[in-house]
Amino acid sequence: MAESVRDKVIAIIAEQAVLDVSDVSPEQTLEDLGIDSLGLVEAIFAIEETFDIQVPFNANEPESSGFDISSVAAIIRAVEKLVAEQVA
Amino acid sequence: MRRVVITGAGTINALGHSVPATLEAMAEGRCGIGPLDIRDVERLSIRIGGQVRGFEPEAHFNRQQISLYDRFTQFTMLAAAEAMAQSGLSFSGELAARSGVVLGTAGGGVQTWDENYRAVYEAGKNRVHPFVVPKLMNNAAASHVSMEYNLKGPSFTVATACASSNHAMGQAFHMIRSGMATVMVTGGSESMLCFGGVKAWEGLRVMSKDACRPFSANRNGMVQGEGAAVFVFEEYEHARARGAEMLAEVVGFAMTSDAADIVMPSRQGAARAMAGAMADGGINPEQVGYINAHGTGTAANDKTECAAVSDAFGQHADALMISSTKSMHGHLIGGTGAVELLACIMALRDGIIAPTIGYQERDLECALDVVPNEAREAKVEVVLSNAFAFGGFNAVLALRAV
Repeated sequence: MAESVRDKVIAIIAEQAVLDVSDVSPEQTLEDLGIDSLGLVEAIFAIEETFDIQVPFNANEPESSGFDISSVAAIIRAVEKLVAEQVA
Repeated sequence: MRRVVITGAGTINALGHSVPATLEAMAEGRCGIGPLDIRDVERLSIRIGGQVRGFEPEAHFNRQQISLYDRFTQFTMLAAAEAMAQSGLSFSGELAARSGVVLGTAGGGVQTWDENYRAVYEAGKNRVHPFVVPKLMNNAAASHVSMEYNLKGPSFTVATACASSNHAMGQAFHMIRSGMATVMVTGGSESMLCFGGVKAWEGLRVMSKDACRPFSANRNGMVQGEGAAVFVFEEYEHARARGAEMLAEVVGFAMTSDAADIVMPSRQGAARAMAGAMADGGINPEQVGYINAHGTGTAANDKTECAAVSDAFGQHADALMISSTKSMHGHLIGGTGAVELLACIMALRDGIIAPTIGYQERDLECALDVVPNEAREAKVEVVLSNAFAFGGFNAVLALRAV
């Protein structure tokens, strides 16, 4: 399960960045990958649709949205948490 | 060059159903934003808005009119009636031929789209009312105003998202100034507070769930409003000859395009528009005492707008007042500049500067005099009204006291 969340999130981010999945690594930031604010909002939409979850994110206050977007790894952890909460 | 004055004003919005009611609310710093009362609100994550309350279409319009007037047209007709009554004008012959109507709206008959999509997609109906198209078209409101008041000159509708009304009023101003028209009915209207309208905005993740707090460090987004404001712009000598009351003079207008990003605002584009409006009106920056800000309450707009004001005004930026009345009536999208022009008229005529309410924490990136929370008495000579749209289209009007 954890593996598959990770793979799917990386696939979404790679598509947004127009990169190959193998070129996206967990320690990278969205800025490193060239994903801007519109790209981020689109990626979050894709995550919500893929996992059927609600991602709490307000572009005006990204830090206090409760969804960590500081790196690819942070996004994967945040999505794993939301998916686990939904199952529970 | 011919001069242009405002001889009539009308409105309906979340703060009131007339200009006096709206100005009183603005002067008191009252908030018109509250829980949305719309169908399927429980399926929305954004549930607040500056909704027009206590408005019954049946009290104002007959059955035939209601079948043709979307809510944005209804708002327009009420605002136009108030403005026309104040102006005291009636149109026939040569004056009718030289007078027109230019209005702004971003979405037009959004409620009509929403209702009829529901009918065919959700309810599975295979038939819609025959007037769906003439009801939802963006120019419906302007057309009905032209028919109601016999305006036979240049008339059209402008759709430039959040700058629609300012662009419309700028066109009206230029048409009279250039000699193309004698009187222009202008302003704008919007009514997007329905399930589809709010759902679309939710997607961008720029909306606040609790309040519109422009320039405040803890601001967390915009809040949608609805309503209309309509003005009568008139050639100065024509107004003077008939002894009309002049609410303010429109002296300058400028529009710029950022040519940069579809949603992010540009400091340079905004600054060029403000500087352009002053240059167009022959105004020195030091003469400007008040700016009605675009001030959406988003992180991006407010800091960019303040930086642009600093660029356009230099040291004088710290001496002038700038407030966002969206904190009270919400963001009327294509109708917003029109309702906000009322705050400009109040500043020039009554010497009352509408406040930015909901202001809680100072933001160093918005370190201007934003008239926090309480209206202020001040005598101002010239004011600007800013509108900066998605798509990078900026439109700024300059008004002077008469």
